[in-house]
Amino acid sequence: MLTLISKRMMLVIPNLIGVVIITFLLTRALPGDPAAYFAGPAADKQAIEQIRVKLGLDKPLIIQFGGYVADLGHLDLGTSLTTGQPVLTELKNRLPASAELTLFGLILSVAIAVPLGILAAVKQDSWIDHSCRVVATAGVSLPVFFTGLLLVYVFYFLLGWSPAPLGRLDVFFSPPPQITGFYLIDSLLNRDLATFRAALSQLLMPGLTLCIFSLAPIARITRASMLAVLASDFVRTARASGLDSRTVILTYAFRNAMLPVVTTLGMVFSFLLGANVLVEKVFAWPGIGSYAVEALISSDFAPVQGFVLTMAILYVVLNLLIDVLYGVIDPRVRLEA
Amino acid sequence: MQRRDFLKSVSALAASTAVSSPAVFSSAKAQSRQETLLIVSESGPNNLDIHGVGTNVPGYEVSWNCYDRLISHEMKTGPNGQPYYDKNKFKPELAEDMNIGDMSVTFKLKKKATFQDGTPVTAKDVKWSLDRAVSVGGFPTFQMGAGSLTKPEQFVVVDDNTFRVDFARKDRLTVPDLAVIVPCIVNSELVKKHATEKDPWGMEFTKQNTAGSGAYKVASWTAGTEVVLERNDAWVGGPLPKTKKIIWRMVPSAGNRRALLERGDADISYDLPNKDFVELKQDGKLAIVSTPYSNGIQYIGMNVKNSPFDNLKVRQAVACAIPYQKIMDAVLFGLAKPMFGAAAEAPTQVAWPQPHRYNTDIAKAKALMAEAGYPNGFDTTLSFDLGFAGVNEPLCVLTQESLAQIGIRTTINKVPGANWRTELNKKTLPLYTNVFSGWLDYPEYFYIWCYHGKNSIFNTMSYQSKTMDGFIDGAVAAAASGDMATYDTDVRGFVDTAYADMPRVPLYQPYVNVAMQKNVSGYAYWFHRRLDYRTLMKG
Amino acid sequence: MTDISLSPHGTAVKAPSNSIVRHARYVIAENPVTGLAFGLFILIALCALIGPSIVPHDPLASDTSAALAAPSLKHWFGTDQLGRDIFSRVIAATRLDFTIAITSVILVFAMGGFAGIAAGFFGGWTDRIVGRISDTIMAFPLFVLAMGIVAALGNTVTNIVLATAIINFPLYVRVARAEANVRRDAGFVQAARLSGNGDFRILLMHILPNIMPIMMVQISLTMGYAILNAAGLSFIGLGVRPPTPEWGIMVAEGAGNIISGEWWIALFPGAALMIAVFCFNLLGDGLRDLVDPQRRT
Repeated sequence: MLTLISKRMMLVIPNLIGVVIITFLLTRALPGDPAAYFAGPAADKQAIEQIRVKLGLDKPLIIQFGGYVADLGHLDLGTSLTTGQPVLTELKNRLPASAELTLFGLILSVAIAVPLGILAAVKQDSWIDHSCRVVATAGVSLPVFFTGLLLVYVFYFLLGWSPAPLGRLDVFFSPPPQITGFYLIDSLLNRDLATFRAALSQLLMPGLTLCIFSLAPIARITRASMLAVLASDFVRTARASGLDSRTVILTYAFRNAMLPVVTTLGMVFSFLLGANVLVEKVFAWPGIGSYAVEALISSDFAPVQGFVLTMAILYVVLNLLIDVLYGVIDPRVRLEA
Repeated sequence: MQRRDFLKSVSALAASTAVSSPAVFSSAKAQSRQETLLIVSESGPNNLDIHGVGTNVPGYEVSWNCYDRLISHEMKTGPNGQPYYDKNKFKPELAEDMNIGDMSVTFKLKKKATFQDGTPVTAKDVKWSLDRAVSVGGFPTFQMGAGSLTKPEQFVVVDDNTFRVDFARKDRLTVPDLAVIVPCIVNSELVKKHATEKDPWGMEFTKQNTAGSGAYKVASWTAGTEVVLERNDAWVGGPLPKTKKIIWRMVPSAGNRRALLERGDADISYDLPNKDFVELKQDGKLAIVSTPYSNGIQYIGMNVKNSPFDNLKVRQAVACAIPYQKIMDAVLFGLAKPMFGAAAEAPTQVAWPQPHRYNTDIAKAKALMAEAGYPNGFDTTLSFDLGFAGVNEPLCVLTQESLAQIGIRTTINKVPGANWRTELNKKTLPLYTNVFSGWLDYPEYFYIWCYHGKNSIFNTMSYQSKTMDGFIDGAVAAAASGDMATYDTDVRGFVDTAYADMPRVPLYQPYVNVAMQKNVSGYAYWFHRRLDYRTLMKG
Repeated sequence: MTDISLSPHGTAVKAPSNSIVRHARYVIAENPVTGLAFGLFILIALCALIGPSIVPHDPLASDTSAALAAPSLKHWFGTDQLGRDIFSRVIAATRLDFTIAITSVILVFAMGGFAGIAAGFFGGWTDRIVGRISDTIMAFPLFVLAMGIVAALGNTVTNIVLATAIINFPLYVRVARAEANVRRDAGFVQAARLSGNGDFRILLMHILPNIMPIMMVQISLTMGYAILNAAGLSFIGLGVRPPTPEWGIMVAEGAGNIISGEWWIALFPGAALMIAVFCFNLLGDGLRDLVDPQRRT
């Protein structure tokens, strides 16, 4: 297992170097002159030049890059100009918010999509199969920002069932003492049910938005993989030996169909982290996605670079975890490694 | 008197308990809600210190409420019947007395005044703070310069409680400039403790912490998410504010901000689209206050240095072709003061902003285009700041459609907010829309920045005219010497010149719109257009 | 029908066309949803082709006296803030959105498809370089990468197309590489090689036509994603220039009006967007059934 992990790590390093270079170049190519932006509305050319020197933007690109890499070595991601805070601190504060939202959306999605996929596979080509396909595809066809706005309109504004879309917790609650950074878990650890309920109700709408968007890939892969397994010999044998179909489907077939589903989950998770950017904007969610969008729009290099790097590392770790999980589920993979 | 107050408070208490009677179990929470204001806005501060590098406009609001100045403005009743700052009347804030001499002004400081950490406010702190404002560069230094406050030598400590500002020259903007946000008084001893060789003014510390004597202090700040401010009970700058706690939340979506207000979750919001304000006003569930920007105008600018807008007839044709009324109706929903269509025979006022005499007249515009030698029109781009797309985009689409009728074919160029200032600074945009508004509400102040030949960044048209410069310089000199007859002639002169040459076409004076719950009172309009928490209260 | 995808002969593509038609009819009959998607596709293509010339109103003409009108007989989908007819704008927008989607998939097919085939066919360092590039792209959050590209290069239609193509690159590489890899030692390739064809010629004339069907499926699926991506960019203000009608921008414009009750401004373009993406997705599934009956089970 350790060799597998270290082997994977070796493969990943060139990718990360590529990410660092591309991000650096891309952010420098952004239009807009941060020096002019931060020199204020009334600055003359001289004042702008002063700010440029202060920010180190007058130096050649290669030297700026060298400085950036050296800072990275010290885990210094720079300081955001728009919010004025060190990027690392902000990412650390905001990552739990994004992660909690994305995981919640994913869990919700799995809870709906997997049974849907199994049902579709079992009743292949029936109207259930077709409608599952239509519903899942319809979900992925909706732009996430549109789904989010629609949900806010219906459930907050019209029906009043959901709380105000104002971030992670109602204004008059204070966040639970930080243990994991996930409000749901922290409040439970703290036995604070009221806060738990408040955090959950804030999480529901954005989570649902993400869930709708990710139904299709999960439902699809579950269906396909179930179909393959249901057609295999051991299931036929199980059926032939008179086991009732419930046991056959849930115990025999589903367990074996899980492998591709787990792989897809990793992909969907990273996909959702991307979609998060728009959802966080709609729900005023204090995550890293909304942070990156704001920074990108105001040509604020450091947070964009920090965000992309964090995502890349997250992605790598996630894939590693999935490989490990794969080994746990299917011992054959372990042997091959 | 006391008895009446007592009775009033008792009945208020009765009323409030009657309303919130279901919440018996959380009466403590209801109580705190009563003394807490929840403000929602699109964006928040990036720096708590207005002297900081690149502090944004929301940051000004923090500075205004957490720091004191020597003087501030009295209130009067504004054009809409609401409290409005009186630009001509000053009241002491940290000073208890102001004495204006011929070439200097002397302040006596309030003896009881202390900073929020308990140290007394002295003249040394005042000098350090003003020295800082004129030395750090960027916007604060620039704003101080607007009132001829440029050198630390101008700020003199007479004794612990007496402070003098020497005038560099006679300038009627000097005293008003001491009442804007920038000359705030900072706790110099506290900040010096955090200063370093690289950062002699302790800007890193004040970026994250407030170190003033103001009515509020920042209790917590999560950049981009929330600012929590708490009342400073030892404040001496004015009557103790009624609101104990301010929670200021950033909600990027305008639709969500509106929903929060309508459902009563938020108390105040002031950057909603005009349409929302109009509808909220009609609904009548919320209190809506609209006030015109003081000394501010949204305009269509033309680069007069380059063809084809170097041609006066072309500029006049544009002024005739802009769909003014359509913009007022469809873009602003009537929430703005028109700056067009003055009667032809109406005399020019000694005031600014004032409307010009053009109306939408496509036939006349076509004729002007032909006279200018462009019977078939030309192609150009029409640029706007994406940061204010809500107004700018429909405004430009309507203008584009109208200009197409006289043969001016435009491509709309959306410039991201970060890039807008860079583009303006280059002075190469041929045609664009923009807003300018000055803190100091004097006509010549506006004209110095926007029309004077010394070509500041706000003279976005690169307009040069000896006649214009003569009138502006004349008005500045006349104001300083108190020669009001010459001043009036010069002001009329520069307004007439601006409207004859038409390098920029004023469209309207925008409104500051504030929506609040009916139980919130005490909103006042200030030149900086941000909220003053000190007068706001609930119930 | 396995002969289409895995034929032992180089002539696989020239499989009798009437059998494809027959199979298509069979697939559609078996799966009404694909039939529906196919019908929708024809409708969308028709709108893109002749839509702008048959709409009842000029999609760009403002009429402030009729601003924010609810759907009626005169304006079927209502009007927007400037009084422009939403029905006309939604129909007229089809052409632009369709063009963005098609050009971006053609571009990514040209880049990713060929790179993938080359990687799968030659293996070795070609494979490694292509793999490295696509892994690096995959390590980015894709939407953020697209935002970065458009923000850095400027918000024009060309750059939106380019950004969309780049973020889909790894997907195409993966599919093309896998398919080419399977075929590199297939009988028909060896036959071609023996009869004196060069590597490049084999790649172009023999491998490419053979993996075309699979690539078509991929193209159909990414078309939908391309439209969504462009709409997302528009929503945060990085889309095409106003007043050009485009579904994403129209949804963004109407987003603020949902709360105040003018639901039609965002709803209709949003619905059009959804229907188009939906159609491409279903069509992709249908095509897969058509070209790859094995996967269908």
